[in-house]
Amino acid sequence: MMETYWEPVWLTLKLATMTTLILAVVGTPIAWWLARSQHWLRQPIAAVVALPLVLPPTVLGFYLLLLLGPKGVVGQLTEQLGLGLLPFTFEGLVVASVISSLPFTVQPLQNAFIGINNQLLEVAATLRASPMDRFITVVIPLARPGFLTAAVLTFAHTIGEFGVILMIGGNIPGETKVLSVAIYDHVEAIEYTQAHWLAGGMVVFSFVVLVALYSLNGRVHSGMMK
Amino acid sequence: MFTFNRLISRFIAAALLFFMASLAGAEPLRIAVAANFTDTTRDLIALFEETTGHSVAASYGSTGKLFAQIENGAPFDVFQAADSARPEMLENSGSAVSGSRFTYARGKLALWSPETNVFSDPASWLASADFKRLAIANPKTAPYGLAAQQVLKNLSLWDALQPRLVRGDSIAQTFQFVATSNAQAGFVALSQVNAWQNSNGTLWVVPQQMYAPIDQQAVLLSHGKDKPVARQWLDFLRSPQALNLMKDDGYDIAD
Repeated sequence: MMETYWEPVWLTLKLATMTTLILAVVGTPIAWWLARSQHWLRQPIAAVVALPLVLPPTVLGFYLLLLLGPKGVVGQLTEQLGLGLLPFTFEGLVVASVISSLPFTVQPLQNAFIGINNQLLEVAATLRASPMDRFITVVIPLARPGFLTAAVLTFAHTIGEFGVILMIGGNIPGETKVLSVAIYDHVEAIEYTQAHWLAGGMVVFSFVVLVALYSLNGRVHSGMMK
Repeated sequence: MFTFNRLISRFIAAALLFFMASLAGAEPLRIAVAANFTDTTRDLIALFEETTGHSVAASYGSTGKLFAQIENGAPFDVFQAADSARPEMLENSGSAVSGSRFTYARGKLALWSPETNVFSDPASWLASADFKRLAIANPKTAPYGLAAQQVLKNLSLWDALQPRLVRGDSIAQTFQFVATSNAQAGFVALSQVNAWQNSNGTLWVVPQQMYAPIDQQAVLLSHGKDKPVARQWLDFLRSPQALNLMKDDGYDIAD
């Protein structure tokens, strides 16, 4: 019994961790570009990044199912690359979560980057710091609250992801049956006790994460964390 | 500017009229219908509205989900499940009017793929496991999923096929997995295949003796017990017109 409880929990944590890490790598350059570039494509790309916030999960799920399926462009590509098809796999959930959580990484980072004083970067440049060097030694420390917020929001949003996963996951135990789907399943099967264990745990977990985030960010703002 | 103002005032007048009309008219009959019966219900509603003048608002979902919603106070007047167990539970718990329960249709299970010539002998095709994904509805919440489980157990393939099974939340989602070719084939309701326009795929109507009858039962809910139109709808479900429509869509009629 305990095993069936932990399996979706473990799967969900794995999914959220992987999504957060991937988005940290993918989202940072996007956020930096959006914060600094004057290119005419800036607004359209900002809109594309924000789309998952606006679109219902059913829209994302439906198009992912078509795109990643055997007749979809991406599906045909992944099959040719020998990766097989992504729907109903853990990897497919990672792809879906990266897309649906993208704005939760990019937007806090973008705000943090906008807030960084350009003069500091210019001073670093006159000290012959390379662009990469400037980014690592100046930008990242200054944008730390932004990185923290982005990571927590992305992680939390992925944990709470439901609609998209329901549509492309296929509810496979140990592979795509994440926490939100497991809870939904228990409720539908009138197993309220089991649903309470998972759902109640979820409420406590989310509360703890948010309190931790607020107090950490508070300390950063008041200069206690240097 | 003048025409613009006039446009606005006309719009407001129209909105007011619409609002008053909706106040004056009785609130519509609200029915909760198992997902497999979606297409048939749409036709039935059109027929019912045409002959009686009453309007019907239907919500579709898996039997399990609708049951949970009703148990928790969803304002439905009639429940048309895809099984008999859940309407019976509602009757016992007092959420439904006792004695109002009856079988309105008997569902037929089909193994279906949208591609042609996928299998000629379904049992040996299933046993060969020459496919990546087979879609079924969640046996815990969807009666068609339970029937699919019984068929696979009958063929002694249930355990062997576990890694290849994807479970749709309802029979509608299961159908969607197959229709988008993300699963090579799936156990769906025959009525869904009949309603699908590109119907030249591969189809096996599973023999009735391989699964327990899918007796789809309807019940009058407590919320609708004082609504004459609710009883009228339940009577309509038993009318020859309605039964013919169901037969055409791929349902058996209960004895």
